[in-house]
Amino acid sequence: MSILVNKESKVVCQGITGNQGSFHTEQCIEYGTKVVAGVTPGRGGEEHLGVPVYNTMREAVAATAADVSMIYVPAPFAADAILEAADSGVGLIVCITEGIPVLDMVKVKSALASYDCRLIGPNCPGIITPEECKIGIMPGFIHQKGRIGVVSRSGTLTYEAVYQTTQNGLGQSTCVGIGGDPVRGMNFIDCLELFQADPETDGIVMVGEIGGTDEEAAAEFIKSEVSKPVVAYIAGVTAPPGKRMGHAGAIIAGGKGTADDKFRALDAAGVATVRSPAELGSKMLELLKD
Amino acid sequence: MNLHEYQSKQLFAKYGIPVPKGVPAKSADDAVAATKTLGGDLWVVKAQVHAGGRGKAGGVKLARTADEVRQYATDMLGKKLVTHQSGPEGLPVDVVYVEAGSDIDRELYLSMLVDREVSKVSFIASAAGGMDIEQVAADTPEQIFTVAVSSDAGLQPYQARQLAFGLGLDKGQARQFEGLIQKLYRLFLECDASLVEINPLIVTGAGDVIALDGKINIEENALFRQPDLEAMRDLNQEDEKEREAAAHDLNYVSLDGNIACMVNGAGLAMATMDLIKLHGGEPANFLDVGGGATSERVAAAFKLILSNENVSAILVNIFGGIVRCDLIAEGIISAVKEVGVNVPVVARLEGTNVEKGRSLLADSGLDIIAAKDLTDAAQKVVAASKR
Repeated sequence: MSILVNKESKVVCQGITGNQGSFHTEQCIEYGTKVVAGVTPGRGGEEHLGVPVYNTMREAVAATAADVSMIYVPAPFAADAILEAADSGVGLIVCITEGIPVLDMVKVKSALASYDCRLIGPNCPGIITPEECKIGIMPGFIHQKGRIGVVSRSGTLTYEAVYQTTQNGLGQSTCVGIGGDPVRGMNFIDCLELFQADPETDGIVMVGEIGGTDEEAAAEFIKSEVSKPVVAYIAGVTAPPGKRMGHAGAIIAGGKGTADDKFRALDAAGVATVRSPAELGSKMLELLKD
Repeated sequence: MNLHEYQSKQLFAKYGIPVPKGVPAKSADDAVAATKTLGGDLWVVKAQVHAGGRGKAGGVKLARTADEVRQYATDMLGKKLVTHQSGPEGLPVDVVYVEAGSDIDRELYLSMLVDREVSKVSFIASAAGGMDIEQVAADTPEQIFTVAVSSDAGLQPYQARQLAFGLGLDKGQARQFEGLIQKLYRLFLECDASLVEINPLIVTGAGDVIALDGKINIEENALFRQPDLEAMRDLNQEDEKEREAAAHDLNYVSLDGNIACMVNGAGLAMATMDLIKLHGGEPANFLDVGGGATSERVAAAFKLILSNENVSAILVNIFGGIVRCDLIAEGIISAVKEVGVNVPVVARLEGTNVEKGRSLLADSGLDIIAAKDLTDAAQKVVAASKR
């Protein structure tokens, strides 16, 4: 078991013929991901990396019954690509693209509410169920099939958590990089809920960072809904307050969102927090031994 | 990307949002000439810098004669203005904005931003304008009114009424206010703003609602489709090193400590700073070299780091995923040779081709200390910084 993706997942890549799309899709295929189609408008009918290319998502899904979309479309066109994916009927959209204008994401987020699908990202490393399905840009070889669910807002810091749980033999059930953009798809809570329900996830590693209050919300959720052990780290204790103009951001944040606030909220929820990212794996091992 | 007040007001005017008449001036002569253009017998001379808190810092002066305008413009132009938001070094004043004086009855606060909690554009308003608004928000949150706008339905009249009556406006003013924020909402969307703040928004003695100040921030990610706004960028208001970093696709923020770090990925970069601190050191910078760290980019990063005189040791922390560690090692070696690094370098490499990368560093003959993991790296660099 795992969450969201497994060896049955059929993936279509939007932007498959671009540089990024090409390079990473090839790596995904090598890892064993079942990539069944690609979409590049105007390149329909061609074959790329051994899979058929279609002009539209509707055509691709109709022809291949793909159920996941992986997006590498450049930022100016990525919002449109996400909505095209939603409209095609896939259940999961993983958007790797970084630099999408936030007002585009505000529209996308609102429009997605009327579709029965989930969005991971944008600006994220993607999702991987080790030894079954890799959708994104993470290095596959550091992962190992196992018992730990990993959810993280940061890219390379996710790899640290993964690498440590591989090194100590725990391995991962599924790892989700939810991305660091202010307006995004799935959040900590969505992933925590799925990991809690997944019988093969025994523990959860959560990696957050400063800004926003999603970690605080996750802490509340863990307190009432998550019985599995959770280890958490928040990056940015030493980050200086950014230079800013005006007060609007501070008013809306209401003084929340610092690393200390997040650590405090997680501690209060009974989460095993670590002050060093080097201890994510060892702390989880310790919890599971008890 | 921040706009100056005078640029923000030009945008306001373009969208039909009422602002006082004003003229930007780059010299005292131009400032005096502006008084003729504007007419009247009361002017405000305002230093144009990308920071709030100008009034308290002496950057906003009321003048009753052309001589006073000349004096204030002379005092401000060519100097640096230090406010509580500008950083200790202050920001250069290259332009002053000369504005016709306003008859102020009430000062209100109005702003809008993308509210990440609700994934919507939100308005924030308060009758407590001209005061320390963050303090008002903390002490008396009931004096702060917010509405979140549905991106499908747009700003609704009832939302405008909620804000207007929250501000204590009368019926006529409320109608003006509703028109104003509808225009502001359109400006926000069309200009890809991430922040608009009007502090204060005033009600004049005659009962008119006018934007007396204006701060606009345009989202960097959207500049590709806002060429006219990008042309308004004032590079002199931006940190030189951060700008140079951005030109090399590096994300750099300078800090007060003495241990420099070079890391791939923003989260790992923050975590690396935290680790240095945890092990008794002080980070000298935040530096994210990004995913595709080429040797050219690594060299640029070393130059940037070493331009900070406080640096006494460098920690390179790379988790090579898609990037191969041997390529990173080659980048480090050629950068160290090219740039002439004279402080100890601790390198922690992990990921693809890590063994090859480590042996390249070991065999390079350079003073590069290899670290086996995160903790080891932090301990070694803290020790090296003290030797």
